[in-house]
Amino acid sequence: MQAVLKLCGLGALAGTLISAANAEEMSVSVELPSLNVAEYHRPYVAIWIARPDHSVAANLAVWYQQESGPEGEGETWLKDIRQWWRRTGRELDMPVDGVSSPTRAPGEHLLFFSGNESPLADLPVGEYVLHVEASREVGGRELLKLPFNWNGEPSETVTLEGETELGTVSLTILP
Amino acid sequence: MTLIRNLALGAAITLAAAAPAQAHRMWILPSSFTLSGDEQLITVDGAISNDLFFPNHVAMSLDNVAITAPDGTVTAVEDGWTGDIRSTFDVTLDQQGTWKIGQGGATYFARWTEDGEDKRSRGSLESFEADGILAKDDVSLTKSARNAATYVTLGAPTDTVFAPTGEGLEFVPVTHPNDLYTGDEITFSFLLDGEPAAGLEVDIVKGDDRYRDTPGLLELTADEEGMITFTIEEAGRYWMATSIRGETTIAGKPGEMSNSIYVTLEVLPL
Repeated sequence: MQAVLKLCGLGALAGTLISAANAEEMSVSVELPSLNVAEYHRPYVAIWIARPDHSVAANLAVWYQQESGPEGEGETWLKDIRQWWRRTGRELDMPVDGVSSPTRAPGEHLLFFSGNESPLADLPVGEYVLHVEASREVGGRELLKLPFNWNGEPSETVTLEGETELGTVSLTILP
Repeated sequence: MTLIRNLALGAAITLAAAAPAQAHRMWILPSSFTLSGDEQLITVDGAISNDLFFPNHVAMSLDNVAITAPDGTVTAVEDGWTGDIRSTFDVTLDQQGTWKIGQGGATYFARWTEDGEDKRSRGSLESFEADGILAKDDVSLTKSARNAATYVTLGAPTDTVFAPTGEGLEFVPVTHPNDLYTGDEITFSFLLDGEPAAGLEVDIVKGDDRYRDTPGLLELTADEEGMITFTIEEAGRYWMATSIRGETTIAGKPGEMSNSIYVTLEVLPL
């Protein structure tokens, strides 16, 4: 944060490089639907923040099978989180601390990301799109995009309803 | 459409761009184009068929298949199987990056007359030399070079396998072939003996042509930089073909050459 605060004094750079130090927390809720299918596997899910040009500003979470199982090495199927794989996954050395975690059961999952900690502490003020992408073995794939403004101010809750692989997904910037 | 080019074979010649044959398409089809994980195995089919990508004519020969790893190591097929209409082999991807799987090479044909009778032979310049065919007064030679390839990426794409050799017709992508998505602009370039293949005609056909009534051919012409730019609206597997032919001099004899490139591509939904 020291470096960021110093930059605030440079007028020309302010607004592009300063982080939203006032925002304390980002809350993301992801619902995985219960599906009545013959063969169910928990989906692989990636949650990341992209800039308007689709470049990736921060990886928040990737839920996948980190151990080898009957289907082989879990990382084999990471490429099926297709958009995430293209935008950032293929450049990462998995697992990533604080980002990788096991797959989750159907239900609502509430995630909190502190504005004072990586990766949000380094996120410059600006317009972003939260991406939530789910891909399920012998199932489908769904990607939801929630736009938000990261400027240190709390936000209204942005909510989208998934149709197939995702349920309700919402994003709130908390004060 | 004419191209003035300096052939590797030595003579300045005029090349006419030839539309790729609509039948008997040669293709190499990998089980996956994009993979994740530490090490992965793919299986690869090769055939020459009318329909894409359904074997229904003859198998592709596994001779002259070169598997090029991201670090430039080239290996041959070790455990392949060739049936009547399809060949199959496995490739273990044990390096992160982009691999090339290609089959290619040149075949030579000779024509001459002997005692008033037309004679033909197929082989290499070495075999023609050994058989005394090159010494015939009226011999004419044809060189036919055909290269089928596909590209497969484990992890992040790399571009070492695209380094041009400067010989013959070559595919040098600008947009990485394992980074093709619907609606995105795709740019590829082609070189002829290391120079931009301006005016080259390139056809792109979607696979699964068995399930539609129209050929669905995307016909493109390379610009002055040898580039084609296009977008694909429908995800799937595609076959790209281009070929040139023209007169040249081979081993000091008048001759003809043809050079074709066939590339199998996958376009993913955005």
